[in-house]
Amino acid sequence: MTSYGDTKKARIDALAEAGSLSDDEGVSLWRSAWLRLRKDPVFLIGAAIVTAFVLLAIIAPWIAPHDPAARLLIGEVSRQSNPVPEPRPGFPLGADDRGRDLLSRLIVGSRQTLIVGVLATLGGLIGGLTLGILAGGVGGWVDAAVMRVVDVMLSIPSLLLAFSLAAILEPSQWSVIAAIAIIQVPIFARLLRGSMLSQRHSDHVLAARALGVRPIPIVFRHMLPNAIGPVIVQATLVLAVAIIDAAALSFLGLGNPDDTRPEWGQMLGAAQPYFNSYPHLAFYPAICIVTVALGFTLMGESLREALDPKSRR
Amino acid sequence: MLKFVIRRVLQMGLALFMLSLLLFAWLRALPGGPVSALLGERGSPEAAADLRRQLGLDQPLPVQYVRFVQRALDGDFGISTGVFRGQPAIDIFLTRLPATVELSIFALAIALTLAIPLGYIAARRRGGVLDTGLVISSLVGVAVPVFFLAFVLKYLFAVRWGLLPPSGYQTAGIDATRVTGFAVLDGILTREWDASWDAFRHLLLPAIALSSIPFAVIFRITRASVLDVMDEDYVRTARAKGLRAPVIRVRHIMRNALIPVITIIGLQVGALLAGAVLTEKVFAFPGIGQALALGFETRDYPVLQVLIMMAAIIYIVVNLLVDIAYALIDPRVRTK
Repeated sequence: MTSYGDTKKARIDALAEAGSLSDDEGVSLWRSAWLRLRKDPVFLIGAAIVTAFVLLAIIAPWIAPHDPAARLLIGEVSRQSNPVPEPRPGFPLGADDRGRDLLSRLIVGSRQTLIVGVLATLGGLIGGLTLGILAGGVGGWVDAAVMRVVDVMLSIPSLLLAFSLAAILEPSQWSVIAAIAIIQVPIFARLLRGSMLSQRHSDHVLAARALGVRPIPIVFRHMLPNAIGPVIVQATLVLAVAIIDAAALSFLGLGNPDDTRPEWGQMLGAAQPYFNSYPHLAFYPAICIVTVALGFTLMGESLREALDPKSRR
Repeated sequence: MLKFVIRRVLQMGLALFMLSLLLFAWLRALPGGPVSALLGERGSPEAAADLRRQLGLDQPLPVQYVRFVQRALDGDFGISTGVFRGQPAIDIFLTRLPATVELSIFALAIALTLAIPLGYIAARRRGGVLDTGLVISSLVGVAVPVFFLAFVLKYLFAVRWGLLPPSGYQTAGIDATRVTGFAVLDGILTREWDASWDAFRHLLLPAIALSSIPFAVIFRITRASVLDVMDEDYVRTARAKGLRAPVIRVRHIMRNALIPVITIIGLQVGALLAGAVLTEKVFAFPGIGQALALGFETRDYPVLQVLIMMAAIIYIVVNLLVDIAYALIDPRVRTK
C-alpha cells in the first residue's frame, strides 16, 4: 500500500533503479562511469570549482588578510552617515556594518559554508542509509513501518519542513545543520530502499544466499555496494541544496546568530537591510554561493548521466 | 477508475491523520509547550494554569490528541501572539490565501509558457549552442537563492529604474471593489481596469522571481522527456506515413512528452509554497508566505501552526488531483 503523492516517490524510485543496474560489457559500472567523466567538460568544470572551494576552505585562516571577527574599522561606522565603510588599501572589498573586513570574512566563510554543507548532507545520509537499509534489507513489516514515516515526511514541502524544524530549535549552527539534514533523510531512505529492493532478487544475491552467506553480510557486502550509486549522485546534489537552504534559513532569522565564524548564507541574510543602499554586501556572498552550488550541481548531474545505463550510447 | 480514486482518497485520509500526529508532536516540542505557544510569552501563570485545564493538558495523551483534532476541525487554532496580535490565526490564513494563490498561479504560468517551448527546442537541437546555453542557465537558475534573485529584480526594476512598484499587492487607496479577494481577477470582474492593471504590476516582479524555481525543473523534464519520445517507434511510423511535421510534433511528440511534465507540476506546488515565504518577504507581499516569514521571525506559533498545516494539506490535495489526472491520461497507472 502506498499513500499520496506517488509522483514524487516514482521519481526517486526511477533514479534508484537506473543507477543500480550493472553494466554487461564486462567493465564495472564505476569504471565505465569514470572513463566517461574524464572526458566530460561539465564534470571537469564542476570538479574544478569544488576542488578550488575545498582547498580555499582548508587554507582560509592562513590567507585571510585580517581576523574575520575583528572590528577593525568600527571607528568609522556611524548609523546615520556611514553605516558601511568603503574599500581602501588593505581592505579591497571594504568592511561590513560592524567594521569587519569583508574579504577576510568571505575567505574564512568558505570553511564554515563547507562544514554546514558537508555535515547537513552527512546527517541526512546517515539517517537515510539507516532507514533505507532497515527497509530494503529486512523487508516485511519493518519496511512497511519505515516507509509510512518516510512518506509522511515527503508529504510536507521540504523547505517548509526545514523552516518548521528550525523554529522549534534553539538557533545555532547545529539547528541549521539539523533542519537541513532531517529533510534529506526521507529522500535518501527511499532512494536506497529502491535500489536495494531491485538487488534483492538479482542473480548475485541469490547465488550468495545459495552459498549460505548469512543475511547481514549479504546486505552489507552484496547489496549495499551495488545500490550506493544513486545515493552518491543525490548526496552531491544535496551539498548544493544545503548551502542554498542555509542561506534561506538565515534570511528568515532562523540561522546561526553567532557570526564570529561567518558562513556565506549567514552573510547574505545579514546583508538584507543594506540591499538597496549597499548591494555589494549581499552581492559577494551571493556570487560565492551560486558558484559553489553550481559546481556541486554540475558534478552531480554529470555523475547521474554517467551512471545511467540509458544514456550510455 | 472509481476504485482508483476511492483508494487514493483513503490513502490521503491516512496521510492527513499522520500529519495531524506530526503537528501534535511539533506543538509538544515547542519551547514551553502548547500553552506558551497559544498564550505567547506574556501569559500570566494564572492564565497558563487556566488554559492548561481548559486544553485538558492534565489528561492522558490520547485524550489530548482527540481534543486537539476537535479544535482543529472547529478552526480554533488560537490567537496570534506576534505581528497580528489579537487576530484569530485561522483568519490570517483565510484573508491572505487569495494573494498567494494568485501569485503562485502567475509564477507557474510564466514558468510553463517559457519552459515547455524552450524544453522542446533544446531537445530538438540537442548538443547545439542553444541547447547547451539553456541547460547551463537552468542549472544556474537552481543555484541562485530565490530571495537573492527577488532582491536583484526589485533593486533593478523598482528601485533603480522605477518601472514597477517595489512592494505590496495593490496601491493603497486605489478604488477597488472586492468580489473574490483575488485583486487582478476582481478588477476584471468589476471592469475596474485600472485596479486590475495596478495589481498586475505589483504581481509581476514577485511572480518572475518565484517562477525561477519551477522554470528550471519544468524545462529540464520537458527536454528529457521530448528526447525520450523522439526516438520512439510510433514517431518514426508517423514520419514514414508521411504525416506533416506540425502534426507529428503536436499529436505524437508533445502529447506523450507532456505526461511527466504534468506530474512534476504537482510537486512544484510544494516548492512554490516554500519559495513564496522568501519572495513575499522581499516584496512585502501580503500573502500567507509573508505571514509565515513574520511568524518565524516572531515565533508566532498559533499562526505558524495553522499555516504549516494548511500548506501541507494544499500540497497533499494538489498531488492527489495530479495523481488522478495522471491516471486519466495514462491508464497504465490505474492498475498498479
